[in-house]
Amino acid sequence: MNEILLTAVWGIVMMLAGAFVKNKSIPKYIAIGGLLITIFATCRELYYQQLIFDIDVKGMLNVERDVSFHLTFLVAMLVCTLFYFLLNGRDIEKVGNNVSEYFALIFFILCGVGIVASFNTLLMLFIGIEIISIPLYILTGADKRNLKSNEAGLKYFLMGAFSTGIMLMGIAFIYGGNESGSFFLDKINLGTGNMSVLTTIGLVLLMISLSFKVSAAPFHFWTPDVYDGAPTVFTSFMSTIVKAASFFAFARLFDNAFGTMQVQWQKLIVLITAATLLIGNLTAVFQQSVKRMLAYSSIAQAGFMLFALFAMNGKAKEGLVLYGTAYSLATIGIFAVLIKMNDYTIDGFNGLAKKQPVLAFAATIFLLSLTGIPLTAGFMAKFYMLMAAVDRGNNIWLVVLAVLCAAISAYYYFRVIQAMYFKENNEVTAQQEWDVTPSFKILLLVLVGIIILLGIFPNQLLIDWLWY
Amino acid sequence: MQTLGLRFPEILLWSPLIAGLLCFILRNDKQSRNVALGSSLITLAISIATLFYANDKQLSGLKDSYVWLPYIGSSFSIGLDGMGHLLTFLTALSFPIIFIATSKTEYKNASSFYGLMLLSQTGLLGVFMAMDALVFYFFWELALIPVYFLSSRWGGERRIQATFKFFVYTFAGSLLMLVGIIYIYLQTPATQAAMHSFSINAFYSLHLSFQQQYWLFWLFFVAFAIKMPVFPFHTWQPDAYEQAPTAVTMVMSGIMVKMGVFALLRWLVPYFPEAMDKYRSIIIWLSVIGMLYASLIAMKQDDIKRLVAYSSIAHIGLMCAAIFTSTANGVQGVMIQMFSHGINIIGMWIVVELLERQTGVRKISQLGGVAHKAPVLTIMLVVIAFANIALPLTNAFIGEFMMFNGLSQANIWYAAVAGISIILGAVYTLNMVQKVFYGETNTLTATIKDINWNEKLVLAVVVIIIFIVGVYPQPIFDLTKEAVTLFATKGK
Repeated sequence: MNEILLTAVWGIVMMLAGAFVKNKSIPKYIAIGGLLITIFATCRELYYQQLIFDIDVKGMLNVERDVSFHLTFLVAMLVCTLFYFLLNGRDIEKVGNNVSEYFALIFFILCGVGIVASFNTLLMLFIGIEIISIPLYILTGADKRNLKSNEAGLKYFLMGAFSTGIMLMGIAFIYGGNESGSFFLDKINLGTGNMSVLTTIGLVLLMISLSFKVSAAPFHFWTPDVYDGAPTVFTSFMSTIVKAASFFAFARLFDNAFGTMQVQWQKLIVLITAATLLIGNLTAVFQQSVKRMLAYSSIAQAGFMLFALFAMNGKAKEGLVLYGTAYSLATIGIFAVLIKMNDYTIDGFNGLAKKQPVLAFAATIFLLSLTGIPLTAGFMAKFYMLMAAVDRGNNIWLVVLAVLCAAISAYYYFRVIQAMYFKENNEVTAQQEWDVTPSFKILLLVLVGIIILLGIFPNQLLIDWLWY
Repeated sequence: MQTLGLRFPEILLWSPLIAGLLCFILRNDKQSRNVALGSSLITLAISIATLFYANDKQLSGLKDSYVWLPYIGSSFSIGLDGMGHLLTFLTALSFPIIFIATSKTEYKNASSFYGLMLLSQTGLLGVFMAMDALVFYFFWELALIPVYFLSSRWGGERRIQATFKFFVYTFAGSLLMLVGIIYIYLQTPATQAAMHSFSINAFYSLHLSFQQQYWLFWLFFVAFAIKMPVFPFHTWQPDAYEQAPTAVTMVMSGIMVKMGVFALLRWLVPYFPEAMDKYRSIIIWLSVIGMLYASLIAMKQDDIKRLVAYSSIAHIGLMCAAIFTSTANGVQGVMIQMFSHGINIIGMWIVVELLERQTGVRKISQLGGVAHKAPVLTIMLVVIAFANIALPLTNAFIGEFMMFNGLSQANIWYAAVAGISIILGAVYTLNMVQKVFYGETNTLTATIKDINWNEKLVLAVVVIIIFIVGVYPQPIFDLTKEAVTLFATKGK
């Protein structure tokens, strides 16, 4: 609750700052300050249930301590955002003239993240998803003079509008098919009985629209173009925190509203998961641009996160938080390195280890984490997901498919590592000037440290500290 | 002393790790080489010290355990028991030999090279000591990553592709094994701390149904078969061995392939008795066909490295076949052969390394008459070659004899086909010795100098071990006695 209020307020503060502060490098610090306050307040809420304002939410948002799992997730996401701001602050300034507006939009997105993490009714879900989406359309097209950015923004907006329509339709059907006549998740949940026709249609429509938001196949076609076209700093944000939050919403909705009927819709999720894993991984293999490769990799990783819906048990929920965090941290890191490159192709990374050993080392760890090598957070995340899925007991073939896809993913992640360490640089990359400050390097190493610590002690860091 | 004895597995694990990280920090080539050599000698000393406690019942098997992930029932437990003990000793022994033998080879960025070598040693030691399935998996992968970087960075011309093939193969195999581990884990009964347990004892006490065994067996077997490698999963191996720098090839062939054999015994045989029974003949036939096939290809090789690589496939095939006979003799033979093969093949690589460093080539057809110029090297090589073809008095004879004994107990035809490959082994090994070391010297070999003292030292160590184990293998029998009984009877 604190998070939603503070981010909304701070978004407005940032907009005002845009009107009064002329210096381009100031907004960054204001944003980081606001984020720190938000993290602090969210931690207070998590540990002491301390709310800034005691607002009666009429049960539409989850504010209770004993089910504050979502706060753990929120804190993790806010910390990821903090790293995002710290690493990319200077690059956000370079996108255009309206620096504080960008930060304001990001704060509004964070407000949406807070809502989708704690919604109790379908209305709140809808509002949250929209609060996330609309600023994103703007951010995607933020590089106004770049045609690709414009195209991506428009494409994202049109596709997003469609999926919003589908979601509303789904909500309407669910409402109509429900005897209690309510939008509340616990009222919709009717136990293990067979679903009525209206509920079935509503559920499928909701699944489609949320699959679109998390870019699961076959609703992923917008992802590569949008991720590729958007300014790289915003791609980084879009493919990490926003994606993890959409997944959390997806899992929360299907767990709380339809969890008891999981047997009936699990088949659909199995199909979506299998398609996402295969399409994401196989297409990523053929990419020459690292940015586009990361777009497909985000689809591939979504396949693993879908296991949370496939398994729908306690381990899966913990796994989703861990996976979202591990994936976000590593992806933010790799994008931060990517932004510093002039040449986004894989060949552009040739010989990076010689020129920028710290960047190359950090990027290697991020890529290893994305691949899921032990000692990194990525392994523990994959491990939890696999454990949850095997625990579910059926469709073991899907788990085997997933691990084979993980082996394929090694192919494209390691191509970058090979370029950095084992290949000589070419003329273009040799002349590049590096805009890399010592503090940037230190931050990268801190991020590496966190990824490795999460890989060794996932419980201690994420679950013990935060949840209990 | 008793408390110190209890800490042995831990010290054994941390000493190469700390030294390895130190190497990265040093960034001075000469210093890091000395650190690497020093730490490997310390590790060897610790390992020898642990051998004195091997049969000390009071210490109950030199075990260490820490709370790690209590919620999911995994603890960081490592320990030394018979078979693992033997292989940790092999690991500890091999690294100083490798470092001394290759100390003349210059590496760019030597500090990273030695750092990664020591990290891979940590991973290997961890695999042999792990007493918890998750810890085992951790180390299993951790041994792989440094080797991947070592070969890709310091290897031959086609190193990137060859090493990557190796990596993807083994990574895919390991992930399948991970699914298997998780599945078995979820079958284990609840403990006080958690719903299930990853501890090896919980795994051992479990009895899986036939249906479960039949498919789980393959998840594990494929992972181990790729690592060993057993036909038809061997295709990564000759390229990877050829392209890796020789020091790394020694690690891969001397120790890493033993991970596969070891894991087969410890992490596969005990869980799947019925599945073993069902698939026994398929796997033994695969192994012996692989032996024959590898031997035939080895005869046609011109590159010495590839020849040794294929001969290694044949040797490993025999071990795999012997394990699946589930006879006491066969399994005992595997134990002793794991150790012997590690020593012998490292000896072979050292000779290859010495030749390559001096002449710049590894082609059998381009070499010749080395014996005139380097008599000491030749004597050493001949002994190692004899050990490679398992002549009596050498270490490999004991192991191969016992494994053949096991095979013929199971089915005489297995032994017959495998026997052909042993004869072929003698053909190609002696052919190689003859062409490279005898005959006329040519322009390439005319300038060869005989080996200097530290190369003599390591080769002498190898040769002495070959004879000691060949004549008096009893200590190894004693060390692995319990393991043999366990694995031979479990499989029945």
